[in-house]
Amino acid sequence: MFTILIFLSSGLFLGWSLGANDAANVWGTAVGTKMIRFKSAALVCSIFVILGAVISGAGASHTLGKLGAISELAGAFTVALAAALSVFWMTKAALPVSTSQAVVGAIIGWNLFSKSAIDMKALTKILGTWVFSPILSAIVAVILYFLVVLSLKVWKVHLIRLDGFTRMALLAAGAFGSYSLGANNIANVMGVFVESTSEIFTSINFGSLFQISGVQQLFFLGGAAIAVGVFTYSKRVMMTVGSGIYQLSPITAFIVVLSSSIVLFFFASKGLKGFLVSHNLPSFPLVPVSSSQSIVGAVIGVGLAKGGKNLNLKVLGRISLGWVATPVIAATITFVALFIVQNVFGQIVF
Amino acid sequence: MLFNRAKTVEANIDKYLDNILKAALVFDQAIKDYFEGKTENFEEKTEDIKKLESESDDVRRDIKHTLYKELLIPDARGDVLGLLESLDDVIDTAQTVLIRFSIEKPIIWEPLKADFLELSGTSTKCVEEIVKAARAFFREPSNVAAGLVKVHFFEHEADKIEERIMRKAFDGDFIEKFSERVHMRYFAERISMLADEAEAVADRLDIYTIKRTV
Repeated sequence: MFTILIFLSSGLFLGWSLGANDAANVWGTAVGTKMIRFKSAALVCSIFVILGAVISGAGASHTLGKLGAISELAGAFTVALAAALSVFWMTKAALPVSTSQAVVGAIIGWNLFSKSAIDMKALTKILGTWVFSPILSAIVAVILYFLVVLSLKVWKVHLIRLDGFTRMALLAAGAFGSYSLGANNIANVMGVFVESTSEIFTSINFGSLFQISGVQQLFFLGGAAIAVGVFTYSKRVMMTVGSGIYQLSPITAFIVVLSSSIVLFFFASKGLKGFLVSHNLPSFPLVPVSSSQSIVGAVIGVGLAKGGKNLNLKVLGRISLGWVATPVIAATITFVALFIVQNVFGQIVF
Repeated sequence: MLFNRAKTVEANIDKYLDNILKAALVFDQAIKDYFEGKTENFEEKTEDIKKLESESDDVRRDIKHTLYKELLIPDARGDVLGLLESLDDVIDTAQTVLIRFSIEKPIIWEPLKADFLELSGTSTKCVEEIVKAARAFFREPSNVAAGLVKVHFFEHEADKIEERIMRKAFDGDFIEKFSERVHMRYFAERISMLADEAEAVADRLDIYTIKRTV
């Protein structure tokens, strides 16, 4: 078990950094503007991230599995470590970075190193989703913005009471956002380990009531790592988000968080996909997307709905740069890391 | 819990705005009483406005205390308190003007009487409109702008009446002493100050409303 934990440590570290950074996307404004206390946010966030990961995490993880079925634990460890290092290095260099894009780049690095064929269909699906997710976020944000403005006009609620409703809405949107984050992004944290740990984590049955599969146990660990990241490090990131980068009012923050959460949920929910497919409707591919880019998309959406005065084209440029730069850097680091782990430490990586 | 506290603060804000409105109406009535020579009624109204002013101060302090203690509306708290404080200047001005009338007892010059009553009425309308706009700020921010237009209109009207009174006082020959002419100018300026204060609130409210827009 100890060896497994050591090998899982790189994934758990990715989980920790996801909790520290991405939780701030969901809760930053609410906590930064003092609408919700950090402790309440951290508690709700942790519970819902774990629930999302365990209940709905399998879909997006399956797509990553298609891109590269990493069968050896040491290989999975190296891929997750290389992804984590890419995120760390790019964050240090102040480059736009997303864990989702780093993990995909790292898996491609593994494919190249192991000379495995890259599933181009899966790759195209993933790349298309990256471009589409911020756009969809912006569209959802525009729709929600007009709905909120209209309902406030009709409702005529007093400012003080509106404050209470906004807090409740932020808490609900935050819980949903955390669930979606766990569901969509657990694939980044634990996705690469699914194949290599399939024999280690076996199903646990609770009588005939319910069963926790091996993957769900793995995702629970990843979810717990995210929760630790939330509790230990996300507060300062939340304060920065809340008071710095995106200066949003609590109501706009609600719109932004809800839009981004809906989009993350679209790309994670097997149930929704099944429902859409069964009704012959176009369905969303289950792919891990960047929560930060989804948030930025929603902020741009709100800006457009307000008349487009706040549109910052530099931000769009930086997002596009991230689509290309992150996977390339992560793939390169993975390739080098796999070479070292294989040849210096004598581990089987594929 | 949260909504119970919200209800109390809402009720207090409504009470505060009611008091400002009452103070403006009492002010207008007091000026009428003064110019009609009903001194006793005038003094009664002056006492009424003092009570309203003191009660409003208590209500405002209560609102401030609750907003900060209960961490309500963290993003708009400063603006709400700024609005209430600037409205307090309106009621303070109304009180000060009546006290000055009570102490200095300016002479009622018949040619100026109608103008003073008109000035008082217009300044009062200005306050009525700013109170309406302040109410809209809390419930229907989209209606604030229309109210502010009226405030600016009445303030401008008050300025014109004020100027008319000063010209009449200085150009006419019905007031002999220069000091009495200055006294008329002083009271015209004071009554008009009520409209000026309302306009100062309007300027703040304009910004607060932009900030409140979703």
